[in-house]
Amino acid sequence: MIKELVVISGKGGTGKTSITACLAQLAGQPVLVDADVDASNLHLLLTPSIEQTTEFRSGHTAVIRPADCIGCGVCLAHCRFGAVTHRTMDDPWRESHGAQILCQDCDFCKRSCSVQVNRAIQAMQEAHGNTAEVSFQIDPLACEGCGVCVRFCPVKAIDFPPRLCGEWYVSDTRCGPMVHARLGTGAENSGKLVSLIRQQGRQLAQDAGAALVMIDGPPGIGCPVMASLTGADLILAITEPTLSGIHDLERVAELARRFDIPMMVGINKWDINPDQTASIEDYLQESQLIWAGRIRCDRAFVASQIKRQTVLEYASGGVVHEIHALWRHVQETLDTL
Amino acid sequence: MKIAIASGKGGTGKTMIATNLAWYLAQQGEAVVYADVDVEEPNGHIFLKPTFDQCHQVNVLVPKVKQDLCQHCGQCTEFCQYNAIAEMPNEVLIYPELCHSCGGCWKLCPVGAIATRQHLMGEVFIGSAGKVACVKGQLKVGQARAVPVIEAVKKVLKEEPAWVIYDAPPGTSCPVVASVRDVDKVVLVTEPTPFGLHDLRLAVAMVRVLGVPFAVVVNRADIGDQEVYQFCQEQNIPILAEIPHDEHLAQAYSRGELVVERSERYQTLFAGLWRAIVGGGPE
Repeated sequence: MIKELVVISGKGGTGKTSITACLAQLAGQPVLVDADVDASNLHLLLTPSIEQTTEFRSGHTAVIRPADCIGCGVCLAHCRFGAVTHRTMDDPWRESHGAQILCQDCDFCKRSCSVQVNRAIQAMQEAHGNTAEVSFQIDPLACEGCGVCVRFCPVKAIDFPPRLCGEWYVSDTRCGPMVHARLGTGAENSGKLVSLIRQQGRQLAQDAGAALVMIDGPPGIGCPVMASLTGADLILAITEPTLSGIHDLERVAELARRFDIPMMVGINKWDINPDQTASIEDYLQESQLIWAGRIRCDRAFVASQIKRQTVLEYASGGVVHEIHALWRHVQETLDTL
Repeated sequence: MKIAIASGKGGTGKTMIATNLAWYLAQQGEAVVYADVDVEEPNGHIFLKPTFDQCHQVNVLVPKVKQDLCQHCGQCTEFCQYNAIAEMPNEVLIYPELCHSCGGCWKLCPVGAIATRQHLMGEVFIGSAGKVACVKGQLKVGQARAVPVIEAVKKVLKEEPAWVIYDAPPGTSCPVVASVRDVDKVVLVTEPTPFGLHDLRLAVAMVRVLGVPFAVVVNRADIGDQEVYQFCQEQNIPILAEIPHDEHLAQAYSRGELVVERSERYQTLFAGLWRAIVGGGPE
């Protein structure tokens, strides 16, 4: 049975990726998934050779065809995301296509406008005059691809192409096969991309006969995190002994409870504040969270990163023992699930 | 003037810088608002310790199906881009966590069978910590979308005349875009490591697409290599400050302390950073 382990943190910068890379080495060729699609870092340590690249298209984006826009403003009236803007006379991109507003006082605009006092249309008319050449365009960064403007445009001047959100890759690394991705700037659909690459990871594991899929998760608690967690067998939360780390850990623990997934906690950089480390460990006992271990601060975390190595490949001494111990605890827990 | 403190990589020091900067400015007699828009994991309150006297719910409109009027034509289900509506044999189900509140379904229902209701996404807290006005957005655990809560915070501060320091979430995806768009300047906090540089490149691409002026602060400036500095030089990106790694700062941070409260050295550092931010470049 293939098991999924997901490594998250709540707070960013606690050491998820650095630690995941080490665990990947100890786990005996698991399938790796870098689910931090917004800002992936695992590949910087594992130097994957990419074997397959696939475009990720999800949802749609609205694009107004300027030549067909009659400037009625229905799109502006309906858009709930502030994505509709005016193209003005001074806009250098504007094509001189000779389209004019041929107002025939049919009042169609007023009848279709959902803004009760037709403010948008009045403002448009006042600003440009009834005979001005005016049209609208959609800001692709603000557009959420809902399709409302497309549906309600009276002259069907809005196209609705699929949105290219990013790319995903299947690669080979020295620790095992890896599925990773790159999301476009400001893109939505990160949750969908995470779901997709996890699915690919499970498939790869099946094909390769691997027993474990190890997922390097994103920070936070929003949709990409939830997409990383759903259906996983075990969560490993990496925290740090700071008040911020503890605060964020508690929110992640609540998420884990909602998803009904067992959660282990590893305390990274424990020697910054041994007192707080101890109080986290007390908290773990009181809640139903499982202690995974402690890892100390070590310059090797940065030094190994610069050399594109994992901490285990670079360092020696206490930190290495601590990482091995953490993995043993995780493995033991995985075996019971 | 509205400033956003953002980064690509998490854990580079955004909150440390945003809270200490806000505190420092208030000590100098400036009217300043600290606004926490890392609504998934807000931490600024740990350092500023504000008293919040107002709490506003952030609701979004979601559909509510009047099952007895529904004719099961399926148009709403087909239209919804977010799989937030599902047609079951006996009823139409709504998944509010997936809904983007676009209004499409309730507008197009031919028989008016879809009404709306408010769905709670999170809260906005308003208060102050000494002379620093504080606004905090917080997403309810289990809700998927941070953007509505971030926009609620920004709406509160839209006409705010004082300095506003937005403490943004990490990354470059939609919550970050929502946090940093329409500000006057973005300060990208990075660290001189491969992870830091990789994610800084992504963040720079994002602010360039948005067209917002930006500059960089390198935190823990001596822990890694020179690549981040070379990148900023090649790209003509001003580095407003370099903050060396400091065990004492790390420990103070771990205890939830504001380092500018007691340290003259950091007061000088944040004074310099502030001058660089408003002056448009490093000193």
